[in-house]
Amino acid sequence: MRETRLLMGMPITVEVRDPRATRDDLAAVFAYFTSVDETFSTYKATSVISRLNRGELALEDCGEEVRTIFALAEQTRRETHGYFDITRDGIRDPSGIVKGWAIHNAARRLREAGYRDFYVDAGGDIAVSGTKDGAPWRVGIRNPLNRQQNVKVLAVTDRGVATSGTAIRGQHIYNPHDPDTPLLDVLSLTVIGPNVYEADRFATAAFAMGQRGIHFIEELPGFEGYLIDARARATSTSGFERYVLRV
Amino acid sequence: MNTLAVKKLAVSVLIVGTFILYALLHNSRSSAAPVALVPATPTSPGAAADTPAATDTGTGNATAAPSPTDTPSTRYKNGTYTGGVADAQWGLVQIKAIIKNGKIADVQWVQYPSDRERSVFINSIADPQLTQEAIQAQSAQVDIVTGATDSSFAFMQSLTDALSQAQA
Repeated sequence: MRETRLLMGMPITVEVRDPRATRDDLAAVFAYFTSVDETFSTYKATSVISRLNRGELALEDCGEEVRTIFALAEQTRRETHGYFDITRDGIRDPSGIVKGWAIHNAARRLREAGYRDFYVDAGGDIAVSGTKDGAPWRVGIRNPLNRQQNVKVLAVTDRGVATSGTAIRGQHIYNPHDPDTPLLDVLSLTVIGPNVYEADRFATAAFAMGQRGIHFIEELPGFEGYLIDARARATSTSGFERYVLRV
Repeated sequence: MNTLAVKKLAVSVLIVGTFILYALLHNSRSSAAPVALVPATPTSPGAAADTPAATDTGTGNATAAPSPTDTPSTRYKNGTYTGGVADAQWGLVQIKAIIKNGKIADVQWVQYPSDRERSVFINSIADPQLTQEAIQAQSAQVDIVTGATDSSFAFMQSLTDALSQAQA
């Protein structure tokens, strides 16, 4: 059973292969994403984060989820040498960490509901659980230079896959150490990690590091990466090949 | 008061020391970036004038080696192609490309500086196990696609339309 909805400004797809899956279970996942959006959307004037940024709410009054996200963002900032920073010009925009966190939580809810074989895909960041008909899920890495194409096909089970990039949307990641210089060398950086929360936050931070980002991923135990630069060249970490589908 | 002065001094030394360390590290790491770039760029400013850039020509054991920077759809001739030596400013590098089934199967370092202290440091950061390839379109069926978020207005409009049609 599969369903796609447009939420948080992106297509979100949930597919559950377990035969007993119901429409209600999928609807509950989408309802969760909607509630996350109500809290964290910087595009919504009524969201908790918008009210916090306007000074209408104090951090103590923002609720547990917001405090959790801020703590996770701070932890990530430290772990990435400051390359991950949700504060810019005094405005806090935790979108870079909320997405992966929300996908991860959505996947956990499905697992807690007893499901095994599913994925949750929000705008190209994916939580993958179990298998599809007994085989690993096939995840294509989109060509940032031609979105009709995939340039790699991964075979993935119980992992998170996230890609950061500039390809279509334009610049949405910047280097906190050098905010005015656009990141053009690297078009996309795909990270495979133990879960989508981990993959997403490190993909975002490593992308901000430019060409060095792939070395950062190489140093992280349990993570693999695939970087595509503006010259249509890809650089992969030493263990990446084990996720590449053999046909 | 005296202990305060000592504390101040200690803090100052720590801050200055950290900054210097950071600057050194940052500099060296910045230098590490071209490691991945040099072999991929025929017009690399790091390539010395008297030696062709690594990917310009296959000056090794094969003639008429195609440039790996051609479009991904280009089919290459099978074999192993060794590039010329290129000056990457922090040392000389040389690259070998292995072509199998018309595709770039692997790119390996033939020459990689390790004689100088700084180069050793760069080596330790830039893991030589990282491999490069030209991206190639894959035809295998996929279940999911990962890629940078696409949420431009036109895209969302089109997608919304497509999805509404797709609803049975």
